[in-house]
Amino acid sequence: MDFLRPATWEEALAAKAEHPTAVPIAGGTDVMVEINFDHRRPDVLLDLNRVVDLYEWEVGEETVRLGAAVPYTRVIEALGRELPGLALAARTVGSPQIRNRGSVGGNLGAASPAGDSHPPLLAAGAEVEAVSVRGTRLIPVEEFYTGVKRNALAPDELIRAVHIAKADGPQQFSKVGTRNAMVIAVCAFGLALHPATRTVRTGIGSAAPTPVRAGTAEEFLTAALEEEGLWDSGRTVPPSVARQFADLVAACASPIDDVRGSAAYRRHALRVMARRTLGWTWDEYLGNERSARCA
Amino acid sequence: MRVTFTVNGRRQEADDVWEGESLLYVLRERMGLPGSKNACEQGECGSCTVRLDGVPVCACLVAAGQVQDREVVTVEGLADFAKERDTGAAGPGTDPGAAQRWQPRPAGPATELSPVQQAFVDAGAVQCGFCTPGLLVAADELLERNAQPTDADIREALSGNLCRCTGYEKILDAVRLAAARTGTEA
Ligand SMILES: Cc1cc2nc3c(=O)[nH]c(=O)nc-3n(C[C@H](O)[C@H](O)[C@H](O)COP(=O)(O)OP(=O)(O)OC[C@H]3O[C@@H](n4cnc5c(N)ncnc54)[C@H](O)[C@@H]3O)c2cc1C
Ligand code: FES
Ligand code: FES
Repeated sequence: MDFLRPATWEEALAAKAEHPTAVPIAGGTDVMVEINFDHRRPDVLLDLNRVVDLYEWEVGEETVRLGAAVPYTRVIEALGRELPGLALAARTVGSPQIRNRGSVGGNLGAASPAGDSHPPLLAAGAEVEAVSVRGTRLIPVEEFYTGVKRNALAPDELIRAVHIAKADGPQQFSKVGTRNAMVIAVCAFGLALHPATRTVRTGIGSAAPTPVRAGTAEEFLTAALEEEGLWDSGRTVPPSVARQFADLVAACASPIDDVRGSAAYRRHALRVMARRTLGWTWDEYLGNERSARCA
Repeated sequence: MRVTFTVNGRRQEADDVWEGESLLYVLRERMGLPGSKNACEQGECGSCTVRLDGVPVCACLVAAGQVQDREVVTVEGLADFAKERDTGAAGPGTDPGAAQRWQPRPAGPATELSPVQQAFVDAGAVQCGFCTPGLLVAADELLERNAQPTDADIREALSGNLCRCTGYEKILDAVRLAAARTGTEA
């Protein structure tokens, strides 16, 4: 095995071009488990810990450009206002030790359907900045997941950053598991209200081969909020609307039975999470509107 | 490959390290520092917790090559580390030879303990002791960050460390005790 330690981003890209089979390692919280258990024996490990650019983020007008290797702990501490959904999800990842090392770039690299970053990225709207010596492309996150633990990266590409839309309204994340700490999601759900465009977006985790948006549920709710004039009226979402939204979310999933839960349970849990997160975000939206009007 | 890094304040070299090896393996098997425990090798138990450039991490999930030129503190160095932090003076670090010969009940003078270690002893927070090194490192870091943690803070900071013996109550007591003692000193 070779261990490559590029000191700069340019060196990392050159190394990946020269060794397309090299396995990048950032926090190592996925890669090292696989190596320790002999599930994976890469011929080359490409350490990204020295590439300081990957540990930085920039808050722009519309988006946050989050370096691929920024640990979850930093997301929680520093980006809760701009990226509330992602910060909520980050809080549920593993344990402090895991959050101190694990990163959104690593979550995307692993592309597990159970990865907790995915629902909030889908709900907020995000693009993955994939770079190689050939150039840079921005991949919409919904196109990034191509199969169970597969992603759209070419063999010579690395993730430089994720461009995530800054929240323009309330966001929520909800995850079902057997306990509070250290738990892989049985299923998870992210919801973002976008008052600026009067739309809603969602992300479903662990209930399909890849993380997915609940497209028909989003369309239904966006239309219903508009038709009932709810963005302006200051009224709560009618229970019938919430119920149908929840049913549509569950219908958008294609869960399986596995050791963590049955398909039927997952659908049920998604319905519950969809309804709850809608209630929470809408309450927050109404609260914001009210205080904005009083101010 | 060769890996050179600082362990408990002193520069160390490990030779013939396999590229897929973990920091935990290097510490235990190549440096003779078995304080950091190996239970799950998958980040679940926290018994291998060490500080990497000050940050608590699972040593089983750090590739050895990733620690080149970086600083690691293990439970063996915790007493010296805490002392240097309290006095604000850079000390000589921890002698690895002495650390390798560490005994729970030394024949000679008692080993000096950090405040967190002493609190674990006094509160009866140690049963089989397997989880203790990882908990000590995690608890010490919590108190460094937050001298007067709430119970929720303590639970959160130790949520990555499993203990099969104590039921955690005495561990919580120990951290509260360590916090109370530093509180009265200040
Ligand atoms: C005990 C434990 C608990 C966990 N709990 C959770 C949890 O609750 N939720 C959750 O979502 N995950 C969890 N995980 C999984 C893991 O922590 C996350 O997937 C984390 O985001 C991985 O980040 P990392 O930086 O450690 O990735 P690494 O292990 O370094 O890499 C992961 C994958 O991404 C690739 N990669 C890394 N960086 C890049 C890059 N810049 N460009 C291209 N490819 C790259 C690697 O080659 C590898 O395939 C847990 C893991 C452990 C050990
Ligand atoms: S041995 Fe590292 S966390 Fe269990
Ligand atoms: S004292 Fe035995 S595992 Fe904690």
